[in-house]
Amino acid sequence: MNRKLNRYAGYVFLLPWFVGFFLLTLIPMIISLYYSFTNFNLLSEPKFVGLKNYIQIFTSDQHFINALTVTIKYVFISVPLQLLGSLILAFILNKGLPGLSLLRAAFYIPSLLGGSVAISILWRQIFGLEGILNKALSAIGFVDLAQISWMSNPDTAVWTLIILRVWQFGSPMIIFLAAIKQIPDSVIEASAIDGASRFKQIIKIMIPLMSPILLFNFVMQIISAFKVFTEAYIISGGKGGIMDSLLFYTLYIYNEGFGNMRMGYASALSWIFVLIVGIFTSLAFKLSSRYIHYN
Amino acid sequence: MKKHKKIRRNIRFIIILGIALIILYPLFWMIGSSFKPESTIFKDLGIIPKQFTLENYNKGWYSSGMVTFTTYFKNSFTISIFSVIGNIMTCSLAAYAFGRLEFKGKKIFFNIMLVTMMLPQHAILVPQFTYFYQLGWVNTFIPLILPKFLAADAFFIYLMTQFIRGIPRELDEAAIMDGCNRYSLFFHIIIPLCSPALVTTAIFTFMWSWNDFFTQIIYLRESLMYTVTLALRTFVDPASISNYGAMFAMSTISIIPILIIFVFFQKQLIEGVAMSGIKG
Repeated sequence: MNRKLNRYAGYVFLLPWFVGFFLLTLIPMIISLYYSFTNFNLLSEPKFVGLKNYIQIFTSDQHFINALTVTIKYVFISVPLQLLGSLILAFILNKGLPGLSLLRAAFYIPSLLGGSVAISILWRQIFGLEGILNKALSAIGFVDLAQISWMSNPDTAVWTLIILRVWQFGSPMIIFLAAIKQIPDSVIEASAIDGASRFKQIIKIMIPLMSPILLFNFVMQIISAFKVFTEAYIISGGKGGIMDSLLFYTLYIYNEGFGNMRMGYASALSWIFVLIVGIFTSLAFKLSSRYIHYN
Repeated sequence: MKKHKKIRRNIRFIIILGIALIILYPLFWMIGSSFKPESTIFKDLGIIPKQFTLENYNKGWYSSGMVTFTTYFKNSFTISIFSVIGNIMTCSLAAYAFGRLEFKGKKIFFNIMLVTMMLPQHAILVPQFTYFYQLGWVNTFIPLILPKFLAADAFFIYLMTQFIRGIPRELDEAAIMDGCNRYSLFFHIIIPLCSPALVTTAIFTFMWSWNDFFTQIIYLRESLMYTVTLALRTFVDPASISNYGAMFAMSTISIIPILIIFVFFQKQLIEGVAMSGIKG
């Protein structure tokens, strides 16, 4: 009896996860796929309409194109900038500075708070017409620039969110700092003997050695950037901004599903989203097995 | 030569310190402004208030009429604390299975778990909502807490699995010699040795639940059930008159629990971040 129990221990310990996986992930995914082929408003039964939702999305939905454009622009500008900044700072901090742990903590605070509603509210203020950015701009003489409402102007709105993401570079910086520390001293010393400059050491030796970690974090940040919601909702007041300039994809799903109660349509949008994110994820992992430097 | 190096080091320090100050300035300005009289907030770029007032806090706390921030804080704490309990209990169970036990299909289940970690929750949003709606659980905390008791946060399973794999197996064997079985081993050996990973899980779960907005806005519709984040949102409603003083005061208060955790658990937090990003 006891032996048998021991043999099944794995399943016993996984029981909550099994239940969760089936009830909260697998079955809802299948249902969601089904809903995406229906008209469904929660109150009445879903009505099967075939590919109608998908056809509408791809042929006549300008909001879909806008949402996709805004999101992709945001993801592929903010993530590289954020990671580049954090990498440079990690190399500078790695050389040792007085008060290092305090500085590291200071840089981490934005990552800690960045996704909160409080910070989004602050951002609305900073980049508003009467915001502190414009106050500072007019104080130093850029009176014309200070007439712009950065968060509601369609040309600049998405940039305020890009800045918000780049601002949160602390957490990748901590990861990269730890990664640099893992590089054996002997490797770096050997290259120093060969006469490589500090800059060359970083480019030619340290970054290639860190590439698995860099890529992993790039992928994770891409995925998390695609899912941005709170900032987009708060900064655009939930509506997606003027001319959809802040209509991030998740916000569009939310507005269709829970604002307009078009839950079938929202499910179709969600599935397209899952596929897009999935493509980027698997692409990055494919690349990783080809270009990455394993030691 | 040596002097030259020292100067360079100092210049580097000043640049880094400058960057840190610029980055934190908006935050300090918000906190400072929450103590300034409403009419002076926009005229004053300084951090320290020239005139100190608590009026914004008073106004903000009672701004939504019948329901006050006392309720919102109670709700946020309830959700966050139950989420922590759920994640610690069920994620550690799953992590023990993945990290230590042998059973058929382990590899497949582990890979499935990794996929769910990457899967955007939007894939399951609508059906989950319809489930909970039909069960009458919209406007309750159940949709926010129940998933934590079913090990739905795969990230923490992954984190703890990695940690458990690092615990020397000799300890297991010794315990089994002493009469432990697979079940008592978990409680006597794994859990006590896992405490750093459990603390990390607890901290991150608390912060993420506290800052959560997406799930809360979907499930919590009545102001009596609102959390702090949902209450803050009402400040930016186009319909309400914006009162930046009160808004900043409540925003500041909303981040205090996070800052307290940061002060007390800084080491675990930073180690947790480093660990999560490196062991990819």
